[in-house]
Amino acid sequence: MGPRPEEVLITAIAGMLEGLGHIAVGASSPIPGAAALLARERSAGTTRVSILGSERNNFFTDGGKELFDCAGQGRIDAFFLSGAQIDGAANVNLVSIGDPDRPKARFPGSFGSGYLYFVVPRVILFRLEHTPRTLVERVDFISAPGFSEDGVYRPGGPHKLITDRCLFDVDRDRRRFRLESVHPGHTLDEIVEQTGFDFDIPPGGVPETPVPDDDTLEVIRTRVAGQIAEIYPDFAARVFATPTH
Amino acid sequence: MLATVVPVEDLAARIPDGATVALPPDYGYCALGAVHALIRRGARRLRLLGVPAIGFQGDMLIGAGCVETVETAAMTLSEYGLCPRFTAAVKAGTITVVDSTCPAIHAALQAAEKAIPFIPLRGLIGSDILARREDWKVIDNPFAPGDPVVLLPALCPDVALFHAPMADRFGNVWVGVRREQMLMAHAAASTFVTVERIVDGNLMDDERTKAGTIPGLYVTALAEAERGAWPMGIPGGYEPDQAHLARYAELARTEEGFAAWLEATVMTRPAAAE
Repeated sequence: MGPRPEEVLITAIAGMLEGLGHIAVGASSPIPGAAALLARERSAGTTRVSILGSERNNFFTDGGKELFDCAGQGRIDAFFLSGAQIDGAANVNLVSIGDPDRPKARFPGSFGSGYLYFVVPRVILFRLEHTPRTLVERVDFISAPGFSEDGVYRPGGPHKLITDRCLFDVDRDRRRFRLESVHPGHTLDEIVEQTGFDFDIPPGGVPETPVPDDDTLEVIRTRVAGQIAEIYPDFAARVFATPTH
Repeated sequence: MLATVVPVEDLAARIPDGATVALPPDYGYCALGAVHALIRRGARRLRLLGVPAIGFQGDMLIGAGCVETVETAAMTLSEYGLCPRFTAAVKAGTITVVDSTCPAIHAALQAAEKAIPFIPLRGLIGSDILARREDWKVIDNPFAPGDPVVLLPALCPDVALFHAPMADRFGNVWVGVRREQMLMAHAAASTFVTVERIVDGNLMDDERTKAGTIPGLYVTALAEAERGAWPMGIPGGYEPDQAHLARYAELARTEEGFAAWLEATVMTRPAAAE
């Protein structure tokens, strides 16, 4: 069968990770996790992947602090962040909607975002519900700011934003998103309508997000699916029909 | 020196109302048996500290009315969704949340273990986490001016409470690779641990166990509690009780459902592991 939407996302994200030495993946991130494993499969043994919640893909031996210390030293090249809200200035909100003291909605919290967004060179934002409710003009709470004032130590920051409808590039100079490609089955008009923030549309049209070729699909459906099933059995069973255990 | 070994109920009785209690996340070793005993003794005004996040045990304590504040990087039941009693309490304004970020909690506990008053941390500048923290400060790096840096005061919990696979009669507690639990024990004034079993011999006699062992000098009291993490699991030991956790997540969505869960699971049993 042809590529599923998840497989298009996995392939697109893996393309952002090519040649990196160390990719870390946080909690609740099956698609980024699968993308990191695909990048590792293609790296001929030069890419290391650390996945939170995995026994087999976790090299840390010095407690919960080690991931952050490691990232602070520049030993992690890419990480993933999502958010209840993400705004047009790449600010991420993992905390609440409305007044934080008496919120309309309360989410788990900022986790490590308030640090990792500053120190990991390629932070890939992902939000698999692309609506005006999630991609907003201005977040209600800044767990981690997209950009910093001059003088603030900031070797890291946003690299791309991928959603279930499209892929945005980040213009770090203008501090805005620029539409890079539209996923198969989606349209530019739909994306404009479903995005709560202003973004740049390159003149001359926007390409479709490339779909994985047969070889890539084969790797995703065999080696990657088997490995991701250890951490996300439900996801693997649903997307790749791997045997549940 | 021999350890102080007490029943689980007595361990919980030693944690006073109003104490700041450091707890591990769900993927660590959680002392749910002792947490249930804390609920049974009617603990009040606890100040929970997530190291760095809290899950089921925090939600249960909040639902039972034991908690005044929560300082944490996250409150989550992970694949079971949001923490329902936490969410309800925040919306009702009955608990105070002090939002943090994982490395800030780790770093501030490291300051406590070194007995230094504060520790700098990168990141945070421009976030609302920092904007809402009156106890954190931004200074100009005294060694390289023009470089703003956040300072965090040391976090010195009154109590660290966690579970572990084993301890010996000397109070040495094996946590293996779960070294954040060692950090908690170093930083806290008192450390209370439940263990699956108390073994013969001394864990310090074998280099292989010694490397992952918290020395008894940090351990205030121990309780033996087989399956003391239940309904959580322990990595390398037993699996979480998925059916029970799913039922909790469902029941705790309402106050009545939570009360029914509490009555059936916590209040009517002398120890949750039975």
